[in-house]
Amino acid sequence: MTETVQTNASSDALAELLPPLTRNEAAVESARCLMCYDAPCTQACPTHIDIPKFIKKIATRNLRGSARTILESNLLGATCARVCPVQELCEGACVLGKEHKPIAIGRLQRHAMDHAYDNGLVFFQPARSTGKKVAVIGAGPAGLSCAGELAKRGHSVTLFEKRNLAGGLSTYGIIRLREPVEVALAEVGMLSKLGIKIETGKELGTSLDLAQLQKVYDAVFLSVGLGVTTTLGIPGEEHIVDGLEYIEQSKMDVNNLAIGRSVIVIGAGNTAIDCATIAKRLGADQVIMVYRRSEKEMTAYAHEYDFIKREGVRLLFLTKPVRVHLRNGVVHGLDCQRVSLGPPDASGRPSPQPVTGSEFLIPADQIVKATGQEKPRLASLLNLKTNKGFIQVDRNFETSLPGVYAGGDCIRAQGAASTVMAVQDGKLAAGAIHERLVANG
Amino acid sequence: MADLSITFAGIRSPNPFWLASAPPTNSGLQVNRAFEAGWGGAVWKTIGAPVLNVSNRYGAWHYGGLKMLAINNVELISDRPLEVNLREIREVKRNWPDRAVIVSAMVESKPEAWHDIIHRIQDTGADGIELNYGCPHGMSERGMGSAVGQVPEYCEQITRWVMEVAKIPVIVKLTPNISDIVMPARAAVAAGANAISLINTLNSIMGVDLDTLEISPNIGGKGGHGGYAGPAVKPIALNMLAALGRDAVVSGSRLPISGMGGISTWSDAAEFLLLGASSVQVCTAVMHYGFRIVEDLCDGLSNWMNEKGFAKISDVTGKSLHRVSDFNNFDLSFRAVARIDQQKCIRCNLCYVACTDTAHQCIDLIAKDGSVVQPYSYDIRASGKDEAIGSRPRVQVREEDCVGCRLCYNVCPVEDCIRMIEEPSGRAPITWKDISDAQREVTEDWEKMKQYREKMGIHIH
Repeated sequence: MTETVQTNASSDALAELLPPLTRNEAAVESARCLMCYDAPCTQACPTHIDIPKFIKKIATRNLRGSARTILESNLLGATCARVCPVQELCEGACVLGKEHKPIAIGRLQRHAMDHAYDNGLVFFQPARSTGKKVAVIGAGPAGLSCAGELAKRGHSVTLFEKRNLAGGLSTYGIIRLREPVEVALAEVGMLSKLGIKIETGKELGTSLDLAQLQKVYDAVFLSVGLGVTTTLGIPGEEHIVDGLEYIEQSKMDVNNLAIGRSVIVIGAGNTAIDCATIAKRLGADQVIMVYRRSEKEMTAYAHEYDFIKREGVRLLFLTKPVRVHLRNGVVHGLDCQRVSLGPPDASGRPSPQPVTGSEFLIPADQIVKATGQEKPRLASLLNLKTNKGFIQVDRNFETSLPGVYAGGDCIRAQGAASTVMAVQDGKLAAGAIHERLVANG
Repeated sequence: MADLSITFAGIRSPNPFWLASAPPTNSGLQVNRAFEAGWGGAVWKTIGAPVLNVSNRYGAWHYGGLKMLAINNVELISDRPLEVNLREIREVKRNWPDRAVIVSAMVESKPEAWHDIIHRIQDTGADGIELNYGCPHGMSERGMGSAVGQVPEYCEQITRWVMEVAKIPVIVKLTPNISDIVMPARAAVAAGANAISLINTLNSIMGVDLDTLEISPNIGGKGGHGGYAGPAVKPIALNMLAALGRDAVVSGSRLPISGMGGISTWSDAAEFLLLGASSVQVCTAVMHYGFRIVEDLCDGLSNWMNEKGFAKISDVTGKSLHRVSDFNNFDLSFRAVARIDQQKCIRCNLCYVACTDTAHQCIDLIAKDGSVVQPYSYDIRASGKDEAIGSRPRVQVREEDCVGCRLCYNVCPVEDCIRMIEEPSGRAPITWKDISDAQREVTEDWEKMKQYREKMGIHIH
């Protein structure tokens, strides 16, 4: 473990970034919505929430109806209201965006969702039991969405989760500043009221066996997410902190999270930005993000990039880590190398080419890596066909094993992995599973 | 530079903007502040019979995030002692000799009561008197206000009593709570009044509280009709104003008219002038924003007059009256069609749904490849802003089917995006009156109408 300095930054430093809209703010903002017909925001939303409908219900002070409208399309409306990259989705498509400001759809959605959760409103009852049983593996957004939609249709659903808490990345992997743990857990609570049995501490491949599950359950849905953070393959890597663990500890046990004075984050995706945010907000004097490609290729959303620059984090592009620089066994910095961009690599982006003789040291006492997660290991374990390393599914989200479905990040061979895409996968897969189970009588 | 000054029934005012008789003119302090802000005149809040007021006296109607599109009130005439009002009127007039100070009055329907109040008002040095025949609440229950205004004979009788002793100009203020506004106006003319003003407030109930089921505003568990005013009543006021201008008796009398009812901006005021007003009165807009708005009222009106080449207010007065007509006289061959400016269109589809659901089904959604597509026909597995914006069809009017109803024009949120284009219909101008006079059977028999349409080439969509 890297020796680091415990800082005494305020525990509020990671409090939810955006305050809830006041009733008056929500009234003014909702009145601004033009109520487009066949609205582009709704089309842009992966779960196709009827956005003008829920916003007008806020304007008419029908908050219960507003919340129901959201949840009918997206059972994880409270999480999505907070973590969705709305600039790329609904708000990015708002017709007012060109000449005015787009409607603050995400914050309005949160307003309606907060009303529902603050008042303990119940919207859905399970349909009459079909007698069919479905196992859902992994209680992240895809699994929760699928389980909820199946339970609504009267199927008996058991949700298996390897961690202690359900919620997946919403619970463990999204920085508190965007989504507090309580929000994710409240959603889990709402879904469990539909009669979903949640069994935590159960992992496929160790405590669960797919063949056994298939004997007991009429269908299985895999929503296992991705693997661990990829390996850099550089000397001293064991001294590097795993970015996902860094975020997890900032949510679960922030008081024991060690923050360096001078922190390097390797990577330039959204997880890397979250890691840099944690370091900066919890007291690091200097935070530098190191990325081997250029600004153009970084995978973080533009608004996240803007955010991190405003946080005072420096970004070093075209910089490749070579080795962890140790002094007396303690992290002293990161030896890096300049790179130039060559012909496209497997990802289609220009490949980084090291520039000889360009090595230099970036001093640091803590190094965090957030360079993406490995492909789901389960695919090979279960002998599932894959696509670019992700579990391959057909249009009905069925894998190469009949009766075994999959969705969420573990199938995301194309497009950006996101919570809302996972929710839609779960919803569509539930529809397909339902069709199958009902068709089979 | 346009000259905004007016002489209204002999009353001089540096501009045509007067505060209406209402809460803003309740005291000398307020009228002083208003004159400092630049108001040309003020009609003092009605003085006369003794009254007491209640709390929660103003209600309001808000819509779509906009506040006070209308206000209603159950405030009565001035509840301050008559002597105090008269003293302050005298002081204000002495301090502001160039401004129009008009006093609104309402007393019991007895000649001696009216004679007495007119004498007292004239003693203050005020420039004119306005007779309040309009107050629709409280005073009407005591036989005053709109109880007078709704009966032309009463209007005439009381105005005659007033004119017996009046030495300064008398303006009769009309209530809109009547089936034909022309009747009380003719009564005022017959009684020899010097001017007319309109409209007073409309009867209204603002709403019901959905928590308590009480009437809103709630006055100790009860509520009721109050006088309705503000931007929402402007079209009603304009119609009544124009009705007076089109009446031979009223317009023939050449009595000047002070117009009011929902005037908030200089352009509202200009419309009142164009339909026959010589001065305008404002209340709700100042109750919303304060006296300061008079600056833009004057500035905006002056700029518009300069652009249009109007030198003085009287050049504007009544300029559009001749264009007010009846359906009978409209040209049935006049044709306009909606055209959407694709550059300005933001693709909200509000015109599409309005036309498709509630009008004449002549707007299409056109995909990139030129084909007509149905709404909600996108792939539910696709998402993202680029997909949503990139695949969004454009809206286009099928002009051959457009009846020119103008609904799309009205719902479009973008300025100048939808225009109504005049298109030649290919038919000679003809009015319903022409048809009724020459071919009455066409107006009475659907079969004849069918033949007429076929002959004229009129296609009903």
